[in-house]
Amino acid sequence: MAHAATVHPHPEHAPGQGQVGVYTQKLGMWIFLCSEVMFFTALIGSYIILRWGSLDVWPKPQGVLNIPLTALNTFILICSSVSMVKAFASITHGDQAGLKKWLVVTCFGGAFFVSVQAYEYWHLSHEGFVPGGFVEGSELFRRALEGHIAGATGGAIVPAAANLFGSTFYTMTGFHGFHVTCGVVCMIWVTIKAFRGGYTQTGYHGVEVVGLYWHFVDLVWIILFTIVYLF
Amino acid sequence: MAEAFERKHPNYVAVWIGLAVLTAIEVGIVYFGLTRKFLILALMLLAVWKALLVALYFMHLKFEPKRLLIIVLIPLPLALILVAFVLQEYGR
Repeated sequence: MAHAATVHPHPEHAPGQGQVGVYTQKLGMWIFLCSEVMFFTALIGSYIILRWGSLDVWPKPQGVLNIPLTALNTFILICSSVSMVKAFASITHGDQAGLKKWLVVTCFGGAFFVSVQAYEYWHLSHEGFVPGGFVEGSELFRRALEGHIAGATGGAIVPAAANLFGSTFYTMTGFHGFHVTCGVVCMIWVTIKAFRGGYTQTGYHGVEVVGLYWHFVDLVWIILFTIVYLF
Repeated sequence: MAEAFERKHPNYVAVWIGLAVLTAIEVGIVYFGLTRKFLILALMLLAVWKALLVALYFMHLKFEPKRLLIIVLIPLPLALILVAFVLQEYGR
């Protein structure tokens, strides 16, 4: 089903490609993303170790977090990735209207994701789940005290032991949310440039490079959602 | 400088449907009452599958030059080493 927009007889030696075979901005973005892989690996690795080290007292995420809402948010982020790639496909075919339409959809998708995450933080903190764990006297603290919040191994947890869960949850999702926010800002900038006619069928590097970042943020969330919310 | 090499676009809607279905399966099996080990294994497989779909088709790694692929793959073994060593530390 793949088809070509523009064809060069020797892609490896096309002008402006360099030794690696891609243009400089794209190579730079990929190297930046490699460093981001290590950054998120450090966070995810730490989370796994901390969780395995305290399985008995670690609350089952389903007992504290809103899984259906976050699943919907994950779906929205995936949709925004699709709209981003559709924007890129549009400009490689010279479709300016398609580029603008899909970029706007991507901006809204990203903004929706960040908004839902902000709502989730607000809701959780009102229930008493903060980076320091369960706030004493809160609804969650009471439920944990009464044994209504199960640990990962099945038994009831001690409320005071939720501090690791809180700190790792907010650190990982917070850093990811920050990345998405940066992505939305970049996306708005690209969208404004697109509306000013800044991209053409052969001059679309900005769209592709920002798109790579956006898809990476989506990819990281796929892993985080599984590890933090579903395990 | 304008890029002038063959640009391939896979069926993005098919990939999107695949990702949506895999996400629904992920959420569904959490409430399905599977044993913990099987649940973790299934969730890991589904997450890796989804991540691969995004990397290969949305990020176009499937269609990029091999030299770029090598650069991109370099941090993955390093990431695995990082996690493996920390896990060993925990096991002591």
